[in-house]
Amino acid sequence: MTSLIVLLCIILITIVMVQIGKVYELANTIKGERQVMRDNSKWNGWISLVFVVVFLVGVCWSAWVYSPVMLGYGPHGSASEHGKLLDDIFFVTLVLTGIVFILTHIALFYFAYKYRWQEGRKAKFIPHDNRLEIWWTAIPAVVMTILVVRGLNAWNIVMADVKEGEDYMEIEATAQQFGWTLRYPGADGKIGTRDYKKTTGANTLGMDFTDPKTWDDFIPGQEFYFPVGKKIRVRIIAKDVLHNFYLPQFRVKMDAIPGLPTYFVFTPIKTTIDYRNELRKFPEYNEPFDPAEPNGPKRWEKFDYELACAELCGKGHYSMRRVFKVVSQEEYDAWVKQQKSFYLTEMRGKEDDPNKDKVLDIEVRERAVEFGASIKKAVESTTAVDKTLSLNHISYEPGSSALTANSKYELDNLVSGMNAFPAISIEVAGHTDNTGDAAANLTLSAQRAAAVVKYLSDRGISTGRLKPRGYGDTKPLVPNDSPENQAKNRRTELTVLN
Amino acid sequence: MANVTNVADTLEDQLTQELGYDDHFHEHHHGDKFQSNFLTKYIFSTDHKIIGRQFLITGIFWAFIGAAMSIVFRLQLGFPEADMAWLRPILGKWIQVNEAGIGKLDPEFYYSLVTMHGTILVFFVLTAGLSGTFANLLIPLQIGARDMASPLLNAFSYWFFFLAGVVMFISLFLSTGPFSGGWTAYPPLSALPQASDGSGAGMTMWIVSMSLFVVSSLLGGINYITTILNLRTKGMSLWRMPLPMWAIFVTAILGVLSFPVLLSGVLLLMFDRSMGTSFYLSEIVVGGQILDRIGGSPILFQHLFWFLGHPEVYIIILPAMGIVSEVLSVSARKPIFGYTAMVFSILAIGFLAFIVWAHHMFMSGVNPFISNFFVIFTLIIAVPSAVKVFNWIGTIYGSNFRFTSASLFSIGFVSMFISGGLTGIFLGNSAIDIPLHDTYFVVAHFHIVMGVAAFFGMFAGVYHWFPKMFGRFMNETMGKIHFWGTILGAYAIFWPMHYTGMAGVPRRYYDGGASFDAFRHFQDLNQFITVAAIFVFFLQILFIVNFFYSIFSGKKMTTKNPWGANSLEWTTPINAGHGNWPGNIPTVQRWAYDYGKGGEEFIPQYIPLKEGEHDHGEGH
Repeated sequence: MTSLIVLLCIILITIVMVQIGKVYELANTIKGERQVMRDNSKWNGWISLVFVVVFLVGVCWSAWVYSPVMLGYGPHGSASEHGKLLDDIFFVTLVLTGIVFILTHIALFYFAYKYRWQEGRKAKFIPHDNRLEIWWTAIPAVVMTILVVRGLNAWNIVMADVKEGEDYMEIEATAQQFGWTLRYPGADGKIGTRDYKKTTGANTLGMDFTDPKTWDDFIPGQEFYFPVGKKIRVRIIAKDVLHNFYLPQFRVKMDAIPGLPTYFVFTPIKTTIDYRNELRKFPEYNEPFDPAEPNGPKRWEKFDYELACAELCGKGHYSMRRVFKVVSQEEYDAWVKQQKSFYLTEMRGKEDDPNKDKVLDIEVRERAVEFGASIKKAVESTTAVDKTLSLNHISYEPGSSALTANSKYELDNLVSGMNAFPAISIEVAGHTDNTGDAAANLTLSAQRAAAVVKYLSDRGISTGRLKPRGYGDTKPLVPNDSPENQAKNRRTELTVLN
Repeated sequence: MANVTNVADTLEDQLTQELGYDDHFHEHHHGDKFQSNFLTKYIFSTDHKIIGRQFLITGIFWAFIGAAMSIVFRLQLGFPEADMAWLRPILGKWIQVNEAGIGKLDPEFYYSLVTMHGTILVFFVLTAGLSGTFANLLIPLQIGARDMASPLLNAFSYWFFFLAGVVMFISLFLSTGPFSGGWTAYPPLSALPQASDGSGAGMTMWIVSMSLFVVSSLLGGINYITTILNLRTKGMSLWRMPLPMWAIFVTAILGVLSFPVLLSGVLLLMFDRSMGTSFYLSEIVVGGQILDRIGGSPILFQHLFWFLGHPEVYIIILPAMGIVSEVLSVSARKPIFGYTAMVFSILAIGFLAFIVWAHHMFMSGVNPFISNFFVIFTLIIAVPSAVKVFNWIGTIYGSNFRFTSASLFSIGFVSMFISGGLTGIFLGNSAIDIPLHDTYFVVAHFHIVMGVAAFFGMFAGVYHWFPKMFGRFMNETMGKIHFWGTILGAYAIFWPMHYTGMAGVPRRYYDGGASFDAFRHFQDLNQFITVAAIFVFFLQILFIVNFFYSIFSGKKMTTKNPWGANSLEWTTPINAGHGNWPGNIPTVQRWAYDYGKGGEEFIPQYIPLKEGEHDHGEGH
């Protein structure tokens, strides 16, 4: 119904317009050709004049009203070091083009008004004027040269890659339909290798975990941080289609391309708090953030830096938003400490972990520290429970007492522990689960305990301090009612005796 | 004025008799024997004047479709909360009605609309509709030829365009929707049906349609170049050609050199889509599926696309510049200021058009060092452009300016070209392009400089040569309402976009940036823009009404040369038949811009030079 009325209105308005046109045409034949030309000239001349005044006033007024959105003005300052360079060139260009815009528009419409058709006026015959033409070719050429030189100077500074030996941190931003994954290098400061063919549901980035550099890389959750004042090189890449890594407040923008990593180097100079405090000075940022809650937080208080996509990537293009914070180096370091290695927390020991059968250097170091702490605790403790610790990383070939190659790390830790506490002696106890013959289990557990003792004594620990013992399945840790529990019961334990 | 032209008419007949070139046209059958019935006269015609009109009317059809699409997505941007259920009868499933009965535009279809709007306006309206119309109508008439070098190829050119349109039109009704990856069709999005619904059958049809369009454009272009080089009447040296001829000549060269590159680009894309090649694809994981494609580069497509894409914007704007130069000079009753400079500017712009394409790709991951050259060449274009603007203003200076709908639109063109050209200086400078790339600033820039400006040039041409096409005038009152409303409305639409662009609001956001704190505070501006767009849309309907009404009932032409113009098209009879001149072809004695010379209001091109008189075209 509404659409019918709208349609009817449109048709009616059109008919009215056509009728007005016709009536004028009729009136014109009565007025006579000359009178029509006189009226036409007068009216359109005046409208030209009014138009150019209204237009230019409108332009200047709107530019003043919207000056807060202009690059580098008021609340729209740059949060990166290079941003100011760009904003300055923007300003220079704005002033120069603004002058040309206003002067040419005045000339265009004023001349149309001034030289409007009048009876008896003779148009001047001016086919060209070389001097004038040289001037108005030369002036734009000079102005363009200034803008090109300034622009390219800034461009080459901004787009330069990091140099050898420069202090910077690198992070990686990966885009896909429709979201971003940020990857930080971890303690080694290096981002690990990727191979898109290794992509799985769990390993969405296709990280190549045979490369040790990936082991400490971390992928922050919803919010991520940048340290202020630090040069950041973002390695930008996409998994599926083109995207664009766009940080509006930082004047950072670069396409993300599948198969072709790009980069952008920038230095944040304002922390989120700094930026909020700047916004605080402007009345529009003292409006409530949510208009429905007039007493709620103000806009400046809720401000956060945003990451957007600026290259059409499909129907969810407009929704690729991420929020991040720029913080001081100390806060940043504290945040990094909380982050967990993606590999160690999500992938390690899983079905598709390529390093399943290896012990990683990073784990060797971690276990050494861990073992050192546990044995110290066992030595110093007075309660019986704490005197016993499970040697989780010692294992044997199936059905045999031969130690696996990977057991040596834990055994070496044990050697160091025995050397660190020369006064103690220990019992090494072998345990099995309840499968198989109980007598055979007992023998096997005793042999396994003996194998450990042999390893230690071969490395100079006096046999007098070592007491091997096999318990078979007599001392289960948990009831042997599931394969998991049985696995827990197959263990080697150590008890500090004095 | 009427008396003046009548005297001129007799003088013209006499001079054509005495000096004209006799190509024995009168010995042929009267008129065209192939134009015996309605179908052969108006549909499958080989007469360039009919083909020009076919291009124009098809262009108007597509302009209406393209503009209507923009109204739908402007409604989404301006009034995101509004109920769009009333569009269901037209858009069907693309309007999703929720439980509350509120209809919402589907995001996928939003992107289809944006994509189709761009493709249709750039190729079907501003390339075919503008340069197709005026190249066909004006070339033989202004250079003094009976028709194009190959009238048949010329007709093919139209019918390939028609076919391209049919294919694109059908794609609008696909169940997966028309192509939705932007008019630039960047792979991998356009190459992977898994990445977007529109990249399925919609994209296949887009490629087929564009390929047909390229064929149309090449057939036309070859014809235009050949005709201008070979079929000029006696005395019509290149330096005596009216400026629309120069503009169309350079336009045709640009088209012939650059459209094949687009074709090769989309063909490779076709191979990637259907034959498993990897020209543009490398290391892609889409929808959890790991593709076995390595070694391609999406940037290669961007190079191929913009190698056409940039000359394309000059293909659009140059004919408009030519039209405006002619209309301004005729209306000012004054020669075009700096004819030689105008010609050299056209040539310079045409040349530079080929070495600036990568300025669309500063942020695409191309080597930043390479961008240095493209910045330099791009900003050099400002110089010939500035020369043209100053020359147009110089033409109006000291004139006796007649306000017609055509001359008003020409002034409007100059205004738009200044406004949009100046913002190009921001974007062409790669440093400023970093913050502004792919924001609404870009949308404002190119809509003003090649959208609205080209439309204004087209309107100027239509109002000016309408009598030549249909033997009647368009209604001037409606024309002036159309002009003043449109210039005001067009600025109201596009000027505010500069501000949202400076604020960083990215283009092609379905929700206009509402989910981003940095972009969401422009709802009032977006509403204002949408209202202005609807206003301008209805004004264009007024133009369409005026156009079709005037074809049948406009004021009849009583004299051959109503505007008192010098160029040859005004020496043909009203409603001239195929062949244009019934007798001899007039010969040309002077350049086309002797207005107000030696006290004469105008001296048409067929009038011989007086003893010792200087010809300002050849004798520059």
